[in-house]
Amino acid sequence: MKLAERIRDALKHAVVELDEDVLAAIQTAFEREQFEAPKAVLQAILKNLALAKETGLPMCQDTGLLLVFADVGRSCPLSLREIEASIMEGCSMAVEQAYFRRSIVKEPVFDRINTQTNLPPVIWWNSVDGSGLQIRILLKGFGSENCSSVRMLNPTGGKEAVVEAVKQIVKTAGGKPCPPIFVGVGLGGTMDRAAYLSKRALLRDVRLSHSDPRYAKLEQDILAAIQGLGIGSGGLGGSITALHVAIEEESTHIAGLPLAVSINCWADRKAVVEWKEGEDA
Amino acid sequence: MRELQLPLSEGDIASLKAYDQVLLTGKLYVGRDQVHSLLFECIQRNEDLPFSLEGEAIYYMGPSPAPEGKVIGSCGPTTSARMDPFSPLLLDHGLKVMIGKGPRSQSVVDAIRRNKAVYLQAFGGCGALYASTVKSARIIAFEHLGPEALLLLEVEKFPAIVAIDSQQGSVFAY
Repeated sequence: MKLAERIRDALKHAVVELDEDVLAAIQTAFEREQFEAPKAVLQAILKNLALAKETGLPMCQDTGLLLVFADVGRSCPLSLREIEASIMEGCSMAVEQAYFRRSIVKEPVFDRINTQTNLPPVIWWNSVDGSGLQIRILLKGFGSENCSSVRMLNPTGGKEAVVEAVKQIVKTAGGKPCPPIFVGVGLGGTMDRAAYLSKRALLRDVRLSHSDPRYAKLEQDILAAIQGLGIGSGGLGGSITALHVAIEEESTHIAGLPLAVSINCWADRKAVVEWKEGEDA
Repeated sequence: MRELQLPLSEGDIASLKAYDQVLLTGKLYVGRDQVHSLLFECIQRNEDLPFSLEGEAIYYMGPSPAPEGKVIGSCGPTTSARMDPFSPLLLDHGLKVMIGKGPRSQSVVDAIRRNKAVYLQAFGGCGALYASTVKSARIIAFEHLGPEALLLLEVEKFPAIVAIDSQQGSVFAY
């Protein structure tokens, strides 16, 4: 199958069905939640997922802005031109065939004319070792994206400042981003790199923690601080506000500690395509 | 779970308390960001509105396209807070029921109480679930807005939770 078709199929699946790890996290939350109103929200979400699967309708009407992470092997035989064309074609076919909402406007301030194609996607290019190619796409809803934020922390603030900043951002979001939420945290780099890292963190399998135990502990501390806010599913209270926290970090300047938080709704939708040298392009 | 007919009567609205779960059947208007901005401008300029707000219910939503043979696509609620700058004026002009998701500003809460109105929360992101409650959908105005057009739906057993009632109650305690 052509690369564009594989991208199309992954998107068509992602808009209707959640990955196993995300679904399991929602199911566990439903079983654990003790309060009636947030439990009703989690029950509605599970019923909605079953109905989406049955009818083929998108699980959420906000089928999102398509955020594409293209990790290209340094010796990948495909040209960037070919890869980009496949991404655009795959996205375009999926939008048409899987009834994505046309949610993209051409320009942000004045006319806000709808492109009618749900394109363009946002594409981040990244070079990695090897000859393969990995395309990962977040279908990013904007109710939650409007709650994402950046802070430039003091470099001596340490983990306490990080926990506090994320907590405040999630508190401000309250019930707006369709909790229970998934939280991506980007640390280091610059203002924009931290923001990019926070998006990239959302790609991680939600059963996994950070590979560095210090950051894994920080993820747990942030999660505990968020649960303590009592926002709950649908913003209706209860013990579960977030289902996972993932951090991505990188080097930064001596004077700074950039922090970004990307909030994703419970509809944590991802499409992943792995391409290996020798496969159809 | 209370089953109620839209439009809601004054008695219905007065009896609703925060956290009550309801199932709505009847006529429901649909409008989100741009529709609110346009209705707000119409009222400010003393122009006629595309529909009478008196006693009506409005649902903050923009559907995905309807597949062939279906009435509507996925159609869950959008975030209500973005309508906050416009809602008090609409409430003061007769709107009684708002349905969306998430908290509202203090000025919206005040306008709800002043006008004996109610704010209901639908289940966020549950687009396929809400599609199963929609019996008909037609465009009333602003067709050029695409997924943001003003619609009129007929719904049956549309589930929601009372979030801010006409008295003192609210689910948004944090």
